[in-house]
Amino acid sequence: MSAPVDTRTGRRRRETGVVLSERRRSERRLGWWLAGPAFVVMLLVTLYPILQAVWDSLFNFRLTAPGDKSFIGLKNYGVILTDSLFWRDLGVTSLITVITVVVELVLGFALALVMHKALKSLRGFVRTAILVPYGIITVVSAFAWFYAFDINSGFVNNWFDWVPGIGPDLNWFADTWTSLSVIMASEIWKTTPFISLLLLAGLAQVPDELTEAAEVDGATWWQRMQRVILPNMKAAIMVAVLFRALDAFRIFDNVFIMTNGAYGTEVLSLLAYRTSIGRLEIGLGSAISVLLFLCVLIICFVAIKLFKVDLAGAQGGK
Amino acid sequence: MKKTTAKTRIIWIVITIVVAVYALFPVFSILATSFKEPSDLSNGKLLPTSWSGVNYEQILVGDAQELFLTSLRNSIGITLIATAIAVVLATLCAYAIARLDFPGKKLVLTTALAVSIFPVISIVTPLFNVWRTIGLYDTWLGLIIPYLSLTLPISIWTLAAFFRQIPWELEQAAQVDGATAWQAFRKAIVPLAAPGVFTTAIIAFFIAWNDFVYGISLTSTEAARPVPAALAFFTGASQFESPTGAISAAAIIVTIPVVLLVLGFQRQIVSGLTQGAVKG
Amino acid sequence: MASISLKNLVKKYDDGFPAVNDVSIDIADGEFVILVGPSGCGKSTLLRMIVGLEDITSGDLYIDETRVNDKAPRDRNLAMVFQNYALYPHLTVFENIAFPLRLAKGKFSEDDVQQRVRTAATTLELTDHLDRKPGNLSGGQRQRVAMGRAIVRQADAFLFDEPLSNLDAKLRGQMRAEISQMQRRLGTTSVYVTHDQTEAMTLGDRVAVLKKGELQQIASPRELYEQPVNLFVAGFIGSPSMNFLPATAEGNILKTPIGDIAVPEALATQAASKDIVLLGIRPEYFEDASLVEESKLVHGTVFTAEPSHTEWLGNEQYGYIHFEPAPEVKDLLDGLARDLDADELRPQVVVTLDAASRIRGGRAAELWLDTRRLHVFDPATGENLTRDAAAGAALTEDANRERAEEIERAGREAAEAG
Repeated sequence: MSAPVDTRTGRRRRETGVVLSERRRSERRLGWWLAGPAFVVMLLVTLYPILQAVWDSLFNFRLTAPGDKSFIGLKNYGVILTDSLFWRDLGVTSLITVITVVVELVLGFALALVMHKALKSLRGFVRTAILVPYGIITVVSAFAWFYAFDINSGFVNNWFDWVPGIGPDLNWFADTWTSLSVIMASEIWKTTPFISLLLLAGLAQVPDELTEAAEVDGATWWQRMQRVILPNMKAAIMVAVLFRALDAFRIFDNVFIMTNGAYGTEVLSLLAYRTSIGRLEIGLGSAISVLLFLCVLIICFVAIKLFKVDLAGAQGGK
Repeated sequence: MKKTTAKTRIIWIVITIVVAVYALFPVFSILATSFKEPSDLSNGKLLPTSWSGVNYEQILVGDAQELFLTSLRNSIGITLIATAIAVVLATLCAYAIARLDFPGKKLVLTTALAVSIFPVISIVTPLFNVWRTIGLYDTWLGLIIPYLSLTLPISIWTLAAFFRQIPWELEQAAQVDGATAWQAFRKAIVPLAAPGVFTTAIIAFFIAWNDFVYGISLTSTEAARPVPAALAFFTGASQFESPTGAISAAAIIVTIPVVLLVLGFQRQIVSGLTQGAVKG
Repeated sequence: MASISLKNLVKKYDDGFPAVNDVSIDIADGEFVILVGPSGCGKSTLLRMIVGLEDITSGDLYIDETRVNDKAPRDRNLAMVFQNYALYPHLTVFENIAFPLRLAKGKFSEDDVQQRVRTAATTLELTDHLDRKPGNLSGGQRQRVAMGRAIVRQADAFLFDEPLSNLDAKLRGQMRAEISQMQRRLGTTSVYVTHDQTEAMTLGDRVAVLKKGELQQIASPRELYEQPVNLFVAGFIGSPSMNFLPATAEGNILKTPIGDIAVPEALATQAASKDIVLLGIRPEYFEDASLVEESKLVHGTVFTAEPSHTEWLGNEQYGYIHFEPAPEVKDLLDGLARDLDADELRPQVVVTLDAASRIRGGRAAELWLDTRRLHVFDPATGENLTRDAAAGAALTEDANRERAEEIERAGREAAEAG
């Protein structure tokens, strides 16, 4: 190769170097152009409101008397945290969360097994049936359960009057425990399909060879479940539990429809709603909102730190 | 493979029936209620004494028509628009995440995750206040925007998982076969990506359709109130008549699209939800 | 039909890592060139640079006389068969094969498309499957569809990216033969990437051996085998691989861990130029001394060694002789093993013996070694000190001539058949 050609390729080498990094830069730019709008929207509809809530919670601020808005520091939090109502609502919310998650985990696992193992000819039908509660509106579910148990329009009292304690006169929605039972039943019915789909995903990830190997090694069905399948699904189970726990913790619709918080069934979300939307106490309501948000953060933190739930990993992050 | 014996067949049929009863009974119970005449409501039975369409009449052509049909229109309009926006934004975002190399990818995914676990009620109070100030309170737009907080995160996750599984080398293969960049995308990628986008749209629709908190908090009139919120404010034809029948009928009507989608796209919905849940 | 010229091609990634470094190859019209090397050697990257799926950082790529660096893949008129076949799952087999024709809008009439696809399908025995979707096909059938897509439009060259790696061994052998015959029949310039040396040796007119992005040697399979330029090529080509023994020269005797070997003068001179050299011996250069004919014995040397065990394969058997290499050579051999993608080069010598040999493990045996074909390598640079460039070139020249004859014969047969 002659010398002039060499210098020419040398120059081109530098040029293409620039072109290449330009291409990389443009890929990054394109990435943000495409992902940016979704990202900004997500921040706008969550980050901004929560910051606004933190700000508002520092004021004595009612919409009924907007002129009286004044900075009071953390006093709103003081009011809430010393009010037994808040603690009772926190207790009710936590109780509902724990019970529904535990029941749903068991029930959801059973459903996941059914969806996973059902005969080919029945599988489509089973899955379709299970998806119905998933897709149904929570409020509709609440009404369905409410009307079934209601003292006037219900049939449950009639059907089950042979059970001690149940009779035509039983008003399910006039007592804390009975109304909470129905609320939880509706919540469980509606959300179990979601948890069972998460578990189904985990189940499908346990390789068949593992269970087959265990079978050859002489493990019974229960032993295979306990020693092979469950340990291998641990990540999926943890994620399902965390997701459902966070979801259950914001329970609102069922309580609102069935009792509207009466008879000691009020939950935190409802308290926040009544305070800010019902009584227009924006300052106080914002403080409850912030506290609720903190509760969710704590649950997340505990789950991730203590139980090592890898949300990003299980959720497809790389 | 083990052969399916008659016994296991029967066991599975029984299990299937149990599951189906579990999953469908509450729907059936409200369906039965919706066909009860007002005087029949307290018959203490599951089934109506005689099947009557009076409740449907009431909400579709009768006194409650105004209330129900307006809210139904609101629900359909707001949900479809919110779903469409979410799917478009999520498609662009998920494409970038699955295909392009750019800093902050992880941040976008983490944000989506964080938003999806955000307690809705914590956002409602500030939005309520701000919307009143800037005039978005009780408008369609005032609901569409917060609905994006519900639909966007799951759409991004589902689609990113889906897009990761598309054999993108097909795009290159098409280019070698003589396609322009656009043709390669149009003929090789779009046919493969479309089912994922469609499935995501269904899931996003379910979520937006289900909303109640925003619906009752950010609306005050029929201008924008969606069905779930309207149901909570339903009253009977007269003060003394309970709205049970009308609510049940309305509940059944808003359940129809859900059932149709589930019937038509069971397979896609299950795979969409499970793929989004486990790594893509 | 076209020739392809790679001139000083370089591919650098963002981190500055050169995946392909200064590679120059001239591929003649109708030639079948193989790119081979261990994983990560840049062979696939190089192929993708030719087809236009990877940018060229520097250097020039010519197809015929046209520089195509900046041309989009679709403007290069090349056909590629991908490792995973890259079949469009939503299209039938027919439409998959027709895809490139459909893209060239207006260029082909419907009849034309039908006829071309049917012809390709007949060649590839796919006629019965034209209406099926790729998802329902077996691995071999998918492979054929991918090839169909390549041959249906008269591309200037075929590029193959490990096309057989997803098939089982038997099918691989069969498809290998089919690809070879098809290429000869069509006479289309082909570039083929593989890590499988059987494919490399059987398919290629010339084989380019790459290591860490750099071209080591490009030559006919026989030249690579008999006259490798360096330690890497010598170790990479051949199975079982060439044995490398550290040796020091004392007159005409090479002292090695498995014994003293008398070698020809020329070899000894080369070996004596360094303190220590690596002696390269292919397994088949050994033989059971008791089975070697008198006339042949004089071409080699006989020595005694004790194999640890032997493996009888029916047509031949392998014996394994362990040795302890000196520490300074051990590092070198380990490094070579890493380059070759092996975990660890066992300090052992593999010898190929006649199937009738009574040599067994654990007993001292008389082995004959053909010393005419030994190579001596410089441990510092890996260079082959005994390479006979002229002899190598002659081998490649032979291969070129044979190729020309085969193409001519295939053309004649096609003409007669047509």
